[in-house]
Amino acid sequence: MNAAAPALHIALVGNPNCGKTALFNRLTGGRAKVANYAGVTVERKEGRLLTPAGRAARVLDLPGAYSLDATSPDEMITRDICAGRHADEAAPDLIVCVLDATNLRLHLRFVLELKRLGRPMVVALNMMDVARKRGIDIDVDALQAALDLPIVTTVAVKQGGAADLLAQLDVQVAQPSAAPDPTVDLHAQVRSLLAAAVKMPRATSIIDDGIDAVVLHRVGGLAILAAVMFLIFQAVFSWAAPLQDAVAATVAICGDWVGGLLTSMPLLQSLVTHGIFAGLGTVLEFLPQILVLFLFILLLEESGYLPRAAFLLDTLMFRVGLTGRAFIPLLSSFACAIPGIMATRSIADPRDRLTTILVAPLMTCSARLPVYTLLIAAFIPRHDVLGVFNLQGVVLFVLYFAGIASALVVAWVIKRLRRDRSEHTLLMELPSYRVPDPRSILLGLWERALIFLHRVGGILLSLTVLLWFLSSFPAPPPDASLPPIDYSLAGQIGRWMDPVFAPIGFNWQICVALIPGLAAREVAVSSLATVYALSATSEEAAAAALGTAIAAQWSLATALSLLAWYVFAPQCMSTLAVIRRETNSWRNVWIAAGYLFALAYLASLLVYQLTVALT
Amino acid sequence: MRLSELGKGHDAVVARVEAAHPDDAVARRLNELGFVAGEPVRVVAIGPIGRDPMLVQIGFTRFALRRPEAARVVLVEGTPA
Repeated sequence: MNAAAPALHIALVGNPNCGKTALFNRLTGGRAKVANYAGVTVERKEGRLLTPAGRAARVLDLPGAYSLDATSPDEMITRDICAGRHADEAAPDLIVCVLDATNLRLHLRFVLELKRLGRPMVVALNMMDVARKRGIDIDVDALQAALDLPIVTTVAVKQGGAADLLAQLDVQVAQPSAAPDPTVDLHAQVRSLLAAAVKMPRATSIIDDGIDAVVLHRVGGLAILAAVMFLIFQAVFSWAAPLQDAVAATVAICGDWVGGLLTSMPLLQSLVTHGIFAGLGTVLEFLPQILVLFLFILLLEESGYLPRAAFLLDTLMFRVGLTGRAFIPLLSSFACAIPGIMATRSIADPRDRLTTILVAPLMTCSARLPVYTLLIAAFIPRHDVLGVFNLQGVVLFVLYFAGIASALVVAWVIKRLRRDRSEHTLLMELPSYRVPDPRSILLGLWERALIFLHRVGGILLSLTVLLWFLSSFPAPPPDASLPPIDYSLAGQIGRWMDPVFAPIGFNWQICVALIPGLAAREVAVSSLATVYALSATSEEAAAAALGTAIAAQWSLATALSLLAWYVFAPQCMSTLAVIRRETNSWRNVWIAAGYLFALAYLASLLVYQLTVALT
Repeated sequence: MRLSELGKGHDAVVARVEAAHPDDAVARRLNELGFVAGEPVRVVAIGPIGRDPMLVQIGFTRFALRRPEAARVVLVEGTPA
């Protein structure tokens, strides 16, 4: 036992796709402190562990890198920390270099490069189970002797699969005595290492070759991709429905119960039931949809399919000024633009990354759904179209499609406007297919749920309360003839905004709902509900559902105009905040907000005036 | 002959990587990924739109390269195409 010794500082290093993150989760139990490195948007992930001998250790999961000759901010962080040159991070006591045992031709070169740094290092030969299954025969002792580094074998996805590595952490690893000769050709060295210690029955996995032949087929591949996308959207909209109903019912029951406790205090009761629980309910209902979408994204990501999708779509996206790699962030943006924008970190080219960030808010996020659902149900009849489709479904599809199409156009315009026309590179590895690890999937879903709940807990709740306050005060004069909300602060603000929004058909109630809706789109529905409930002249009108109320009071042109507004409007403070954080620039925030508002206003104006002219 | 001209399913051997301009980071990276003299390569798949990008097997790894990237890789002449 050596509990008093200072915590060992370990850095996990490796090529992308070596299973480093799974190993990190296995070592630390998945509990990690996640932040950014100072001044850059590179994720810093640190966890803790206890060695078998009881020594505490801090584990840093460094960004994946192909080489110390860095070409991205991620690789620069890895390079600087490994070399002990980073300004804020101490040099690790021990570097654990993680290798994919099935991909040694590539990964061994990086080991040799790291070895030149002359720091204490251990090699973790990961995915040994897959290597054995493929009949790859690795003579670990021979490799260890030839490399002159301690080697342990690991299976990160298996319980106890990191036991050998944990035991190795208790062994004192000596600083290598002599730094290797920097003039030796690393590729030649890798070849002789492979010749001495590794027998590969074939260079690739038969399974990978088989799947790729189908999945990357010129026609079949695109058909499969379309089918996968269709399945995902089907799942998000139909499988999540029962869960959503359950969430809504639970929140409603809780609200009634808490409201019942407050009958002696009508004002507080109104705040709790109409403000807090109404707001909470509309928003929590979307958690199941977001989780179902992310379940699919995580499954596709873990299995190795997403890079294939990027491969298939690269040329299409490249022509409009994006990159195949943007497929993953844009797909995530259908759930929510925030994780989508965060996922753009995997795009190496800063220009491609910025374009992706700027168009990500155009993907129809799940927060727009409550608005779409409300308006479509209230204004669009359930006609059959061509015998198979329902007009309501067609309108929803058109709204999604309008978002995607405008993203392509905007990306293309950004490409034309950009002065720097130098080459954009792809150079993307397509990793082996893997059976997704349920543990990683659950961890990933848990992280998404926490991010979402955090948002609900903070911004949405406080805004709902604020709007209730604005709509209830000041109280109407005793001889009031109009509904109370007309005298409130919200009513006054709405009237003041009205001239600007009158040309696109918005009445002052919509204007009022737009203000809290600026913080998060889904709030607009609960805001409209609050505004219409408080502006009703009779009890029956107040009790009527929001859909019925607006169907009676709005014109079709107003409803369509609001739908068009929601395709574009950047009404999400969190998205703008994330753009600020991820690009480190207010300028990009203004560009994004400005162009989205301009598009929203133009689209609504067009839709409103056309509908008025035609009806 | 260059890698960008190799057809789907064909094998060849790398002769060298040519930098497209001085300080060509792409050429350096190709080198690090294993595109070095004597290394066998194979075009596994071609992108469905505009016959781009190409999926190239090098060592035990597959990389997707756009044509201008693949054009930096010069192949050994006379390899059965």
